[in-house]
Amino acid sequence: MSMEIAIPQPVERENYLNKEYGVWSWLLTTDHKRIALLYLISITFFFFIGGFFALLIRLELLTPAGDLVQADTYNKLFSMHGIVMIFFFLVPSIPAVLGNFLVPLMIGAKDLAFPRINLLSWYLYIIGGAMMVHCMLTGGVDTGWTFYAPFSTNFSNTKVVEAALAVFVAGFSSILTGLNFVVTIHRMRAPGLTWSRLPLFIWAHYATSIIQLLGTPVLAITLTLVAAERALHLGIFDPKLGGDPVLFQHLFWFYSHPAVYIMILPAMGVISEIIACFSRKRIFGYSFVAFSSIAIAVFGFLVWAHHMFVAGTSVYAALVFSLLSYAVAVPSAIKVFNWTATLYKGSIHYDAPMLYAFGFLGLFTIGGLTGLFLAALGIDVHVTDTYFVVAHFHYIMVGGAVMGYLGGMHFWWPKISGRLYPEGWARLAALIVFVGFNLTFFPQFLLGYLGMPRRYYDYSHMPEFQVLNVLSTAGATVLGVGYLLPMVYFLWSMRYGKPASDNPWNAAGLEWKTASPPPTFNFDEEPVVTWEAYNYEELDAPHKEEVPVAR
Amino acid sequence: MPDSTVVGLHHEEHQHPELLHHFADAQQQRDASSLGMWVFLATEVMFFGGLFCAYLIYRRWYFGDFAAASKTINMGYGATNTAVLICSSLTVVLAVWAAQTARRTLLIGSLIVTMLLGVTFLGIKGIEYREKFVEHHVPGASFSFENEPIPGRPGQYANPSHAQIFFSLYFVMTGLHALHMIIGLGIFLWLLTMAWKGRFTPEYHTPVEIGGLYWHFVDIVWIYLFPLLYLIDRHP
Repeated sequence: MSMEIAIPQPVERENYLNKEYGVWSWLLTTDHKRIALLYLISITFFFFIGGFFALLIRLELLTPAGDLVQADTYNKLFSMHGIVMIFFFLVPSIPAVLGNFLVPLMIGAKDLAFPRINLLSWYLYIIGGAMMVHCMLTGGVDTGWTFYAPFSTNFSNTKVVEAALAVFVAGFSSILTGLNFVVTIHRMRAPGLTWSRLPLFIWAHYATSIIQLLGTPVLAITLTLVAAERALHLGIFDPKLGGDPVLFQHLFWFYSHPAVYIMILPAMGVISEIIACFSRKRIFGYSFVAFSSIAIAVFGFLVWAHHMFVAGTSVYAALVFSLLSYAVAVPSAIKVFNWTATLYKGSIHYDAPMLYAFGFLGLFTIGGLTGLFLAALGIDVHVTDTYFVVAHFHYIMVGGAVMGYLGGMHFWWPKISGRLYPEGWARLAALIVFVGFNLTFFPQFLLGYLGMPRRYYDYSHMPEFQVLNVLSTAGATVLGVGYLLPMVYFLWSMRYGKPASDNPWNAAGLEWKTASPPPTFNFDEEPVVTWEAYNYEELDAPHKEEVPVAR
Repeated sequence: MPDSTVVGLHHEEHQHPELLHHFADAQQQRDASSLGMWVFLATEVMFFGGLFCAYLIYRRWYFGDFAAASKTINMGYGATNTAVLICSSLTVVLAVWAAQTARRTLLIGSLIVTMLLGVTFLGIKGIEYREKFVEHHVPGASFSFENEPIPGRPGQYANPSHAQIFFSLYFVMTGLHALHMIIGLGIFLWLLTMAWKGRFTPEYHTPVEIGGLYWHFVDIVWIYLFPLLYLIDRHP
């Protein structure tokens, strides 16, 4: 015994992970970094639940006949896949995990402005999640993630109210995260960190938060009305009683279209960071990229009715909404062109985060351009409710948002865990995800264009669709492997990975100027920012200047 | 060594005990809390906004039915409640001023009066709800609105389904407003205990300020609800 004690142990720096141990030090923490990890675990759980439903959907569609599940079960599968993936994975994914971890670090703050509200938001998420799990285990819901009235209010005999309440509660978690970010970004920036020096990740999260704040309450009230209507038959959405189901669609999409930007904007922020770092260049057109995030948030609120072109909206309204939907392409294209211009003559490194960023660029471009097809009235009517739409939004949400999320997880993993992930495996996983994704969803564009409707479990009257469906299911399997791999090697690296230095990528940004993993209050000394964002030219110059701190 | 750290340490030693660790100084904490409440109120505007939107659409479609339904709710109660809430806004302002100027008795008194006015409002609201219940004007299975004339259109009667939409919106809007009042009473009870313990000083009274902001917001919602729900097509 005494011999063992005598052996000098290498003293580990105190950081947010080893400062305290025990369950309560996590469940009652107000440290934004620990809350980010709580979110990471919870959303990963829901990601695999949602993925499991997706797997069953793809298995059913392997053959034209409805053989694996029957219509009722299939309706529940795609509904719960959508609800879980959107409200319990995609909306909180980057903001609540990477945003929570990085916003205070990037702006040189000790924590978010309201640490306890931050913890409350996680608990609300967990309560909403528990309600959703209970709903799924006791019968599920079959309305689609859209809860369209009057089916949801009058006809569905599944657990609509419980699912709606689960989403309602999770929505407030999202609102509180957005509130914390807006106040933190306004009030907690380190001295010298002006708005024009902010990382684009912060600008993206600021824009995202605005949408979360102004959109989510409308969803909350809409779902409240659905629950009340279902319980009491108020008539608000019931045409028999003088109500209007299209009003439901207006209110629902007023949140749910901007919600697409809640999912994609943070990913765009991640991509801006990664591309600048692995091109070793200042991002091209910084202010254009920054303000295009705000523009997307603003335009995003003005296009909701393009989901309703066949719902009996007036043709003049449809024309305006179509035009405005085209307008969203402008700030999106500004971003893509500026990222491309950043790559131009950059010294590009093909590390795993950059591979995800490249994947994002390609997939987001395809997803965005097919979005223009859908903004066009004529084509939209032709492909409404077909697999073309399914493929389009999966290119944005999975090809865009999830690629951004995975890229960001790899990029900041050394900072989060203090360990390096195995680079070779990570590159392989990025490749598998890219191939698997395209194999899954590209055939769906073709299927949709040929007329295969979404949400059908049986296509035995059109057996010629089977080849493309088999390709899609095969792709989903590859994609599943691609998603499992990072989870395995991230977990592996927490124990066996090489310790990461403070700044393994030699990246710009305040988060890299503190230890990996950071101490509980993020910085030993309050940072003072005297440099512009993405000063890679200075970082790579032979005579690097010391980082000035208040002394 | 530049002076900033010295100044910083100096600050920390003399900080107010209510200053949370992650803020640089009391000013930053105040600004953050106040901005946080304003941002929260923006989300509240959107929350009620969805309902106002639904209300305005149906009011435009079914104006006569809405007017007939509106006529059956008691304008006197609504007007009294409006007065009650406006008075409570005054006492909230007094409370904030008292906190700023370290008038403890006035602060405690204003908080209590505010809460009393809030309870009065809820009481009157309860009487109103009871009347609606007795008259079978609560939406649902027992709803009944037969042979109610449309004001200004002799011989025409309101469509009960459309009136039910009015009452649904009436109950959801005033119900959510009442829920906000109850939450407000909870906040003010907490403020009262804090004030009782003498926690608020001219340097630290942000909770009174932002609690007051919340209260004012709930009042303003009522200022819109009253004419929209009670005063449709009323003529002397």
